[in-house]
Amino acid sequence: MKSRFIDGLLSACAALALWQAIVWLTGVPPFILPGPGGVLRALIDNRALIAENAGTTIIEVLIGLVLGAAIGGATALHLMISPMARRLLLPLMVFSQAIPIFALAPILTLWLGYGIISKIAVTVLMIFFPVVSTFYDGLRRTDPGLLDLARTMGATPMSTLLRLRLPAALPAFGSGLRLAAVYAPIGAVIGEWVGASKGLGYLMLLANGRSKVDLMFAALFVLAAFTVILHAVISIAARRMADWSKETDGSGV
Amino acid sequence: MHEAPPGLLLQGDFHHAGQPLFDGIRLGIEAGKWTCLVGPSGVGKSTLLRLIADLDTGGEFSGTIVAGDERPVTARVAYMAQTDLLAPWLDVYENVVLGARLRGETPDRARAERLIARVGLEPHRHKRPASLSGGMRQRAALARMLMEDRPLALLDEPFAALDARTRSEMQELAHEMLGGRTVVLVTHDPAEAVRLADEIIIVSAAGLSRYENLEGQPIRAAEAAETLAMQSDLLRRLRELPQ
Repeated sequence: MKSRFIDGLLSACAALALWQAIVWLTGVPPFILPGPGGVLRALIDNRALIAENAGTTIIEVLIGLVLGAAIGGATALHLMISPMARRLLLPLMVFSQAIPIFALAPILTLWLGYGIISKIAVTVLMIFFPVVSTFYDGLRRTDPGLLDLARTMGATPMSTLLRLRLPAALPAFGSGLRLAAVYAPIGAVIGEWVGASKGLGYLMLLANGRSKVDLMFAALFVLAAFTVILHAVISIAARRMADWSKETDGSGV
Repeated sequence: MHEAPPGLLLQGDFHHAGQPLFDGIRLGIEAGKWTCLVGPSGVGKSTLLRLIADLDTGGEFSGTIVAGDERPVTARVAYMAQTDLLAPWLDVYENVVLGARLRGETPDRARAERLIARVGLEPHRHKRPASLSGGMRQRAALARMLMEDRPLALLDEPFAALDARTRSEMQELAHEMLGGRTVVLVTHDPAEAVRLADEIIIVSAAGLSRYENLEGQPIRAAEAAETLAMQSDLLRRLRELPQ
């Protein structure tokens, strides 16, 4: 864990150095590409403004994440129970993925208004599919031997689902949540781009319109930092949730 | 155990992917005894066991499986496989009481603790399977099977993956603890069959045949000359089978 943190720090330093080198070597003006120093200055100068807008985006992302995980989890369980749901919902889910979320966001804003609700809705839509498909996949991949055993034990279908399939699928559910943690901020920002008066996405559009590229980069940096932290927290939570499941990396391969 | 263990009679045909695997088979299992099914891999030993347990076999069975007392078979069966089939997220105790939990019953805590102690897992009752050895995991699976308290025990090569010493210890433990039940043991190990069996049935492509030269009472001493002689005799019989 600690070494991974150091690795992250190292790669961040390398990226910053590369960035600064490009600025120096090409001599692009700051209103096209500001250097890391300029962005840091913009971040400090506008900290109150950025913090306020970041707060809005964070709330949207967290509510969207919780709702999306809950609705996605319930949908996956429902798909397991009901053949009717499988026949009706599965094709619909794939079809819904064929529609770009960018195309849906204006409609959602039209229906749900310019406030926080439409952003939460976009976020939920964004993470619904990865959560449902990973969790549903996990629910279907229970060790057939365990299911045989449950059958000889006279288990009811419901208790087999909740006591065997569900816990066995928690590692897969964790993977879905980890994906969701990365997608959720994208959803919120898309929602804000379409129409908002608050949030990091709104701030980025505003800064862009006023040629404050350094402020735009500062907002972008805060969004990225939040996403990384959110992903790390969700990863730890997911590992706790299924701490019996062994993870191996490819180093032995 | 509250009821007398039943005998079993399985008769019928079994087809897999259009090919007959068994044709007009007749398998009698004696009540309260250990019946061992031996034979080469892929010949359908496990299929017979799964048919009795009413588990998915991927084929089609037409025939009858009736208990000697003519009561339903499936609900009186307990099953143990080569892999321990312990839930990796549950500790030993929770795995042992899994059946009760799955049926929505309150588990008999004292009984579970007693069985865990009898298989020698008392110090490990709060450990998860990942931190147990293969032998300990099969002990936990045995305790879980006994917790079910079914008169019919179906064992599908439960000791095959264990090392020689652990295997012979598990054979003794299982024989002691499953006493008084009707046991069907599938094995490909002649040594295991001659140690544990009251009756050995050779399963081959040609059908079923009874091994007649079995003498003495189980559990037979693994290193006794008579046991070893029977073992090599059974091995010779298995090698004479048509491929």
